[in-house]
Amino acid sequence: MARIGVFVCQCGNNIASTVDTQKVAEEMKKIPGVVYTQDYKFMCSAVGQELLKKVVKEHRLDGIVVAACSPHMHEKTFRKACEAAGLNPYRCEIANIREQCSWVHHDKTKKTGTLKSTDLTRMTIERLKKNKPLKTINIPLKKKALVIGGGIAGIQAALDIAESGYEVILVEKEPSIGGHMAQLSETFPTMDCSQCILTPKMVELSMHEKVRLLTYSEVEKVEGYIGNFRVQIRKKAKSVIEDLCTGCGECIEKCPFKADSEFEVMKGHKRKVIYVPFPQAVPNIPVIDREHCPKFLKDKCGICAKVCGPKAIDYSQQDEIITEEVGAIVVATGYDLMPVESFGEYGYGRIKDVVSGLYFERLASASGPTGGEIRRPSDGKVPETVVFIQCVGSRDPKRGVPYCSKICCMYSAKHTMLYKHKVHHGQAYVFYMDIRSGGKRYDEFVRRAIEEEGAVYLRGRVSSVYERDGKVIVEGADTLSGTQVEIEADMVVLATAIVPRKGAKELAQRLGISYDTYGFYNESHPKLRPVETNTAGIFLAGTCQGPMDIPDSVAQGSAAASKVISLFSREDLVREPILAEVDERVCNACWDCYYACPYSAIEQHPLKGRDGSIVRWVARVNEGACQGCGVCVAACRSKAIDLKGYTDEQVYAAINALV
Amino acid sequence: MEIPYYPGCTLNTVARDFDLSTRRSLKRLGIELKELSQWNCCGAVFPLTPDNVMGLSAPARVLNRAEKEGDKVTTLCSFCYNVLKRTDYRLKRDREGLEIINDFNEGDYRGKVRVLHILEVLKELVGFKEVKEKVSRPLKGVKVAPYYGCMLLRPAEEVGIDDHESPTIFEDFLASLGCDVVTYPKRIDCCGAHMAMGREDMVSEMSGRILLSAHEGGAEMVVTSCPLCLYNLERSEAPLMKREPGFKAMPVLYFSQLLGLALGEDGDGLFSGKNLYDPRPLLRDKGLL
Repeated sequence: MARIGVFVCQCGNNIASTVDTQKVAEEMKKIPGVVYTQDYKFMCSAVGQELLKKVVKEHRLDGIVVAACSPHMHEKTFRKACEAAGLNPYRCEIANIREQCSWVHHDKTKKTGTLKSTDLTRMTIERLKKNKPLKTINIPLKKKALVIGGGIAGIQAALDIAESGYEVILVEKEPSIGGHMAQLSETFPTMDCSQCILTPKMVELSMHEKVRLLTYSEVEKVEGYIGNFRVQIRKKAKSVIEDLCTGCGECIEKCPFKADSEFEVMKGHKRKVIYVPFPQAVPNIPVIDREHCPKFLKDKCGICAKVCGPKAIDYSQQDEIITEEVGAIVVATGYDLMPVESFGEYGYGRIKDVVSGLYFERLASASGPTGGEIRRPSDGKVPETVVFIQCVGSRDPKRGVPYCSKICCMYSAKHTMLYKHKVHHGQAYVFYMDIRSGGKRYDEFVRRAIEEEGAVYLRGRVSSVYERDGKVIVEGADTLSGTQVEIEADMVVLATAIVPRKGAKELAQRLGISYDTYGFYNESHPKLRPVETNTAGIFLAGTCQGPMDIPDSVAQGSAAASKVISLFSREDLVREPILAEVDERVCNACWDCYYACPYSAIEQHPLKGRDGSIVRWVARVNEGACQGCGVCVAACRSKAIDLKGYTDEQVYAAINALV
Repeated sequence: MEIPYYPGCTLNTVARDFDLSTRRSLKRLGIELKELSQWNCCGAVFPLTPDNVMGLSAPARVLNRAEKEGDKVTTLCSFCYNVLKRTDYRLKRDREGLEIINDFNEGDYRGKVRVLHILEVLKELVGFKEVKEKVSRPLKGVKVAPYYGCMLLRPAEEVGIDDHESPTIFEDFLASLGCDVVTYPKRIDCCGAHMAMGREDMVSEMSGRILLSAHEGGAEMVVTSCPLCLYNLERSEAPLMKREPGFKAMPVLYFSQLLGLALGEDGDGLFSGKNLYDPRPLLRDKGLL
């Protein structure tokens, strides 16, 4: 016979005001197998838990029911207390008499509440009687991480993980790591040079013995689960043998063909067909752009192979598929800028001197196409008046996106300063909707742009931009003075909205993580779990989650890394044993469960005879992948599958106790 | 092909040139404009009260008639187009409003009509390429500034026949006739519209800006698809000439008049002489008349 103890919690007055807890406790005593009952003011208090431990030992109990609040609140607390008293924690069950009883009944005579609580507790006792002691499951853990994306967020995450001694694979789509930050000139609010603070990190990463860098590569397929992901990575053919290449640059210099440079943003700026995106690229190994290279298009040229000293050029190189096993994944795929050609009023794409903010960064950058001099694209003249237009596409639910891109107020202010520092007699105008400069030393920075650097801020929208006599005319509203303004500018810079990286949704589907309507990846909880996804073992860093600036991206990179490190710091993964279990004697291998399982946790397993031949097949549950959802249990026609801790037998026992 | 056609009040009166030249041109392109058997004024302005649909009664009646006579209806005047299109847009989305209007009109409109501006007919049903092939008298060397006005483009999601900030349909059309198309910044600005009723000074200033912008772009004439725009632009030329000595008066006409000319219509039948600044001398100079 079972020896069960029942504790009925009063939860101060939360339960006791509508439930006669003492009466419930007395009623429970009548049930066969119950040897001890008691009601108590706060079971979850330290004293309550001590009481529980003491009673378990004194009365040699083999099961406990706590009638109290929702198991979400304190199931763990009481199970831990049981474990401390030497009882299997899964022999402790909770009857929810607070959320499901006392809080929803208002009968002050306590009649209803007491009756229902009695029923609920009795059901739980019967359930408990059928409960088997369960053991937590330990799953092996691959202590190696995959970081997708080599921008600043990915670099930071990879470095932090590697510094803790774990191996990291970093996959980057482009030929070099660095991301958008490598394109920027100087960064707000300190105005330090973006590349100067980024490149040391890039080099550090590439030199790190724990890091394997896969550039010009993409993640193709992800299988498995936390601790045990299997990842397929396509390493695109660089046409250059990495082990042989010394990065001398001779091939680039001698290459006679050019294509548009992705790095320099604006069409018309060329790079060679064999190229590194920028001089400080890491790794400093060129790739051949096969879409533009005549060797691949019509089998002509081949100069790079001729001039290459170490014979590193290999035109026959094929894409390579690499399979890796990792325990955790950090997604840091970054952002794109919204294409603004559809905003006809700004004339982007039609008027040469209307440029994007990112192109202005290139203009202001010492390594940019003009060597850091601000010159307008049409005729190379130094612009004497520049108009900056904010919120192009942002906060525009009708034509763009409804959200704020967050960084534009700050970088537009920075742009006015960069411009003023380089063109002292120049005048900058900024059209804005609101100035959003929340952040450490951010508002001071904007005030400096206005008060000390003389940028004229106009609150209002621009209605049209057109050309007249070599000038770019900007017409707009100044809503603070209530007038229409017309500015004869030499150049216009658009602060375009941040949108998710192209292909973000497809990658999310491959990873099995969720995304919002725009394609930004969803965090598990917007406040309390900001870098976790709802898929265990996959974490987020940087702008793939939403617009953010460099400090936030770096913080997120480190946060994601710390999550990975804490996961890896355990010997192996400990999981709750509430999982599906197949009775192999009953299973007739119909595979309904196999197709029903949303986590691919059912495996087809052959049972073999003594001679090694396959006798029959059965379903088996992969304990690492199973989430205990119970779909397979419902799907199984022969009732061969049960959910441990929630078996059919237990549920029937509970129902029988009620009827 | 026959298309039900709603002329609206001005096309039968002051904008007779617009009506005639369009009918003739389209006939040459194989399209018969079939005037609705019954029609009334569209109401001239789309009523903006969201809680009272009674202002939609007149245009709904026109749409109801059109529905009985075909699956689409075309109109030339920009204002008529705007009012009919927006009424249709609203009634397609407002079941309750539609019911009230149908009760009041003793009608049975179901929202099955597509309202098309004549430029859309030319673009979608005929095709500018087709137009170009049918042109027998290319309007070479005529510097024409197309003027859109507001009514064909705004509100964008309800009526816009093209991108409301950077439209090209008018330019594409004129290019198919062989004109030298002048693109100028003010081509989508407002002419002042019914401010002409009491604030001529305002109209003169607003229309003046448009004319000046077209003039600076090198235009010799302005074409439009709206009788009110045409009126406002024409009347604003004299005061503009006083303000801006560099500005020379130029003809303002309907685009269909150029279409007819290019397709080989008899010139005198297209221009009745109602234009304040007669385009005929200019066209004669170019050897087109």
